[in-house]
Amino acid sequence: MINISEVLETNRMILKENLDVRTITMGVSLLDCADSSLRKTCSNIRAKLMRLAKDLVKTGDDIGREFGVPVVNKRISVTPAAIVGSSCCRRPDDFAAIARTLDGAAKSLGVNFIGGYSAVVSKGMTPADEMLIRSIPEAMAETERVCSSVNVGSTKTGIDMDAVRLMGEIVRETAQLTRKRDSIGCAKLVVLCNAPDDNPFMAGAFHGVSEGDAVINVGVSGPGVVHHVLKSMRGADFGTLCEAIKRTAFKITRVGQLVAQEASRRLGVPFGIIDLSLAPTPAVGDSVADILKEIGLEHPGAPGTTAALALLNDQVKKGGVMASSYVGGLSGAFIPVSEDQGMIDAVNAGALTIEKLEAMTCVCSVGLDMIAIPGSTSASTISGIIADEAAIGMVNQKTTAVRIIPVIGKRVGQCVEFGGLLGHAPIMPVSKFSCRRMIERRGRIPAPIHSFKN
Amino acid sequence: MRAAMKKAIITVVGKDTVGIIARTSAYLAKANINILDISQTVVQDYFNMMMIVDVTGCRRSFEKLSADLAEIGFGMGLEIRCQRSDIFERMHRV
Repeated sequence: MINISEVLETNRMILKENLDVRTITMGVSLLDCADSSLRKTCSNIRAKLMRLAKDLVKTGDDIGREFGVPVVNKRISVTPAAIVGSSCCRRPDDFAAIARTLDGAAKSLGVNFIGGYSAVVSKGMTPADEMLIRSIPEAMAETERVCSSVNVGSTKTGIDMDAVRLMGEIVRETAQLTRKRDSIGCAKLVVLCNAPDDNPFMAGAFHGVSEGDAVINVGVSGPGVVHHVLKSMRGADFGTLCEAIKRTAFKITRVGQLVAQEASRRLGVPFGIIDLSLAPTPAVGDSVADILKEIGLEHPGAPGTTAALALLNDQVKKGGVMASSYVGGLSGAFIPVSEDQGMIDAVNAGALTIEKLEAMTCVCSVGLDMIAIPGSTSASTISGIIADEAAIGMVNQKTTAVRIIPVIGKRVGQCVEFGGLLGHAPIMPVSKFSCRRMIERRGRIPAPIHSFKN
Repeated sequence: MRAAMKKAIITVVGKDTVGIIARTSAYLAKANINILDISQTVVQDYFNMMMIVDVTGCRRSFEKLSADLAEIGFGMGLEIRCQRSDIFERMHRV
């Protein structure tokens, strides 16, 4: 039988160390909503979402109350809209109508984000893919809850450099269209390489075509819990340190597994995967940077940071896979800047640069995330940053992503406030040297040699 | 077929005072909830009590039960939480 110290430990994690279920994300296939009429497609989409997800928010809240663990976000991911709209959209504006439909459904259902305004173009773009991509700035400016992602490469296909070039322009245009709100549109737009089909975390969530009709994916988080455990282990050797992280990751994932199974049962939708990611929030004590500091760094960005992060990411995965047979999504440590007070402090102290963050993305689960850069940054420089990240993902057979915000009208030294979970960020300098001539080249970068495993 | 027993864990945290167990258990009796086990400990001057209870025959919704217990706690300056026991079992038992 459970004893009091175990009960108190669990409740301390929840009440003092910000253990939470970060998101219950319902993946919904919209493939059967496609029609040759745009109006009919939109009404099919709305009807399906309203039918399948009508109890999502209530169920998440009920489970949170009964188990006493906060279920912070209830979200939806859908089939990449470029596929769903391919037979009815003739112009980018038509795709924006689908974005508005998704936004309307999200508001009616009470979910805070809906992901899947996406195109998967790792090898090439169909006309519909390109139209969707060109509609992203308008869609991000006109909607509130829709998240967009574009997958521009994979280990199997190489990198579509035409899409990379286009995305540099699209990120800038999105920033321009939302400049009155500090270019916040770019916070809902991510460019990926090796995007997983079952990621429950925004902004990169979409319901891949390899998935079933509907699925429940759950993202759990708890950087504060890991930090707390490490605080009591100063000076311990690496073996002991790793063991402690692994045990903690195991416990956190088991909670996610319980919540996922319960949500799946109550909603009558199959369970997909658990994504165990240490996802920081701007709240004090909910920081991945704090864990890195506890391992022994003055600030993230100091020499040793990449090694510390590699260790952390690997132990999180090892603990997670023991706790659930279906671990998927991104699973690892997230290193967003604006959403993690410790990262912001490191940037302000001069310890952390974009180049060091790029190195860190080689060993953790995502990429350059929530980084504010000067509004004057050129489209080709943004494309260059995207290409670098995509190359890291392609060669290392891992997911990488770029979610950067060129804040129109702001310079290095200034700060930008996004509010809520998105936090605030100092504007970080980017390289002043040009990559324009490289980005102007057409075509794609071939898949790396180690992708040929057949 | 007899339904499986549904267990919940009630925790009480705060300064020790007269009548904590009396009031909590009086409420549980009225709600037709059986107490299976009680244990307590004092950590840094704080009174910590845990009850394992059987809520299979409970006449109230879980939501109402949690809210009522929280209110009883509030009246005595204590924090009373009621959670389904699965979360603890999953986390600490393989």
